[in-house]
Amino acid sequence: MKQVHLAAHFPGVNNTTVWSDPQAGSHIEFSSFAHFARAAERAKFDFLFLAEGLRLREQNGKIYDLDVVGRPDTFTILAALASVTDRLGLAGTINSTFNEPYEVARQFATLDHLSAGRAAWNVVTSWDAFTGENFRRGGYLPQEARYERARAFLATVLELLDAWHGDEIIADTGGGRFITRADAGKFAHTDSHFDITGQFDVPRSPQGHPVIFQAGDSDEGREFAAAAADAIFSRHSALEAGQAFYADVKGRLAKYGRSPGQLKILPAATFVLAPTDEQARELAHEVRLQQVSGATAIAFLEQLWNRDLSAYDPDGPLPEIDPEPGENTTARGRASVRMYRDPVATARGWRDRAQAGNLSIRELIIEVTGRQSFVGSPATVAASINDFVQADASDGFILVPHITPGGLDEFADTVVPLLQERGVYRTEYHGTTLRDHLGLEADT
Amino acid sequence: MTVSDAEPLHLAAALEGAGWHPAAWREPGARPAELLTAGYWADMVAEAERGLLDFVTFSDALSLQSDSQHQPDARTDQVRGRLDAVLTAARIAPLTSHIGLIPAVTVTHTEPFHISKAIATLDWVSSGRAGVAVKVSARQDEFRHFGRRTLPAGPHAVSDLFAEAADYVEVVRRLWDSWEDDAEIRDAATGRFIDRGKLHYIDFAGRWFAVKGPSITPRPPQGQPVVSALGHGDIAYKFIAAGADIGFVTPHDAPSAAAIVAEVAARRDAAGLADQPVRLFADLLVFLDDSAAAATRRAARLDDQAGAPYRSDALVFAGTPAELADLIVAWQSAGLTGFRLRPAAIPHDLTHITRALVPELQRRGAFRQKYASSPQAPTLRARLGLTRPASRYAGLRS
Repeated sequence: MKQVHLAAHFPGVNNTTVWSDPQAGSHIEFSSFAHFARAAERAKFDFLFLAEGLRLREQNGKIYDLDVVGRPDTFTILAALASVTDRLGLAGTINSTFNEPYEVARQFATLDHLSAGRAAWNVVTSWDAFTGENFRRGGYLPQEARYERARAFLATVLELLDAWHGDEIIADTGGGRFITRADAGKFAHTDSHFDITGQFDVPRSPQGHPVIFQAGDSDEGREFAAAAADAIFSRHSALEAGQAFYADVKGRLAKYGRSPGQLKILPAATFVLAPTDEQARELAHEVRLQQVSGATAIAFLEQLWNRDLSAYDPDGPLPEIDPEPGENTTARGRASVRMYRDPVATARGWRDRAQAGNLSIRELIIEVTGRQSFVGSPATVAASINDFVQADASDGFILVPHITPGGLDEFADTVVPLLQERGVYRTEYHGTTLRDHLGLEADT
Repeated sequence: MTVSDAEPLHLAAALEGAGWHPAAWREPGARPAELLTAGYWADMVAEAERGLLDFVTFSDALSLQSDSQHQPDARTDQVRGRLDAVLTAARIAPLTSHIGLIPAVTVTHTEPFHISKAIATLDWVSSGRAGVAVKVSARQDEFRHFGRRTLPAGPHAVSDLFAEAADYVEVVRRLWDSWEDDAEIRDAATGRFIDRGKLHYIDFAGRWFAVKGPSITPRPPQGQPVVSALGHGDIAYKFIAAGADIGFVTPHDAPSAAAIVAEVAARRDAAGLADQPVRLFADLLVFLDDSAAAATRRAARLDDQAGAPYRSDALVFAGTPAELADLIVAWQSAGLTGFRLRPAAIPHDLTHITRALVPELQRRGAFRQKYASSPQAPTLRARLGLTRPASRYAGLRS
């Protein structure tokens, strides 16, 4: 039996997160992060995951105000969380476009030292001038250059981290030698993106390298992951799509001299729990209504249509007009709009589906967006998760609760013990580092 | 004027590796093999908090330690290697409850957008105890670590670096204000999480960079975390006067302290900020022992081990806690807000600050007996007598 890996995504700045629920707490106060991290550690999860976005989203030229807005600095909050947890991995999304390798290398090396080997990096790229307006580089990239830059950035950071070998510091007080070599940390790196030289200043950390995650789903993203990542944060939480993705990505590893166990595939998954399956289905529908208000439904429609549709009634039919072709100028700072490769065809599909099912705009959006991955009693959810993993559709899941900060508590208290009873999930942490939890070899 | 009528005295400790003296790591009690662990820093900050200090600063740089101010050296007999100071401060924040946490940040090579949210987040995780010690980099080796430009040369090189740093601080501060305090409304009736009229573009455009805003991080508990900088002369004093809340200065006697206080105050007036005086702290590097002879002997022994007398920009004090208390009380009347003590060796000199100097000052009625805590622990700004400013954008609908 494969062992199931579980991790927790702190609820994000999107409509999955239900801020209007009476149980919803702060998204910025440290007590919320500490509560969430402690629940994940109580449940023996591999890691806590933070997403990032470096410019507030806009729609129709205004800051988008219907979802949770605002989040802390990723590195800083993870360093603070290291003090309220002992074993939980701490995974941060850090952009390779609006940072420099020297600084990111010292931040990850520091986080890994301060957490005694629990740091992970979700390497993301962006290229848009919209986000670039917040940075002194101001720079942005042609879309096709972003993975090249990401690969160069990652390679450069790893080279900096490898500049210390781990045996330099001897701190010999009697003999008066602190380090064995004066040139410890020396590096020189030149490629088409970076031309840097000198001495790196953070000695080698417990894991050597942070665990590397990749989140992109494109062919280039999969190849990048197969070559360089320890885990993939994928979107495929349906069984057949998950199996296809799993086989595809694991199949790419051999040509890089890697074995299937060296890359964990962890889709994002949402869940709704209740004492019975029937109650869970009812609750899931209520949650979907909370997640997709009338205003949110219109906003989603505008993101596809690339037009102001504020005059439409969310309880009425879909627009007869077609989406505005060309660059999406309606929604900015939102990666999801790029998934609509052919907006006119997608819109036609939605219109047909709404007519066939007699669905309003809001009902249609509830249908086509983010239905929960797992809905049921704890026994049902535990069985589904295990089936999914045993069927090689994933190695586990990154769970995305919809309530901050308590959205993980019920899962930790009810589903995890059932997975443990099945013998497919750890009852104690066996190692201390995140590499240990994920069954990855130390990066030496 | 009696001591108790004076402005309250403020004391800080500057944490640096195993201490500021390059041979400190070889001293008994030093923990040189633990300098990269959270436990070491947690213990040192807990010690400073037991001593009721106002804040600690965390040294940092974007290069390896070196005897040279401009390049790496070839030494293997001194501490080499460090941790990022902002993250170290954040790691300690949840373990402490009163003491201010001020990490050093080099502004020359970093992004104001990232640093603004990092310090705002440090303020969130410490419930209002965050600051930042701004550093300008004029080292060729640090420029090469980033590879984006070369160290400027010419007569205006240093003043340009400080002017760029001033723009950086302006951007960081505007970003802290870019969310009004009550921007989060969670209005279920309209479905709006925020009132976006209370989020503001900062639209900064200067000679070196442009930043649009708003921040991605809501306004932190202090509104404006404390900005500090170390300065040794005109250019730095002007920078401190124009943009900092705290200046660290290095007078070598009471008259030079008074002169620096007057110079910074004049520059503060010129910047139009006379109503918000800068808090000036004198830096002192301290060797503390039960007798002055013992302190002097220890300083000499450490110098012998290092192979050269230790030179510092700050006054090097070797003596008893009572003698240091005399100096502090005497210099304070020159208009200083307080003192930032650089322990020559850690833990020895740090524990002599917290367990001998502080009780000595308390006996004289010159230092607090406990941290204020009602109804809750005050923010770092409040402890320093700084008000919590409203956002500069408050009332401007965007």
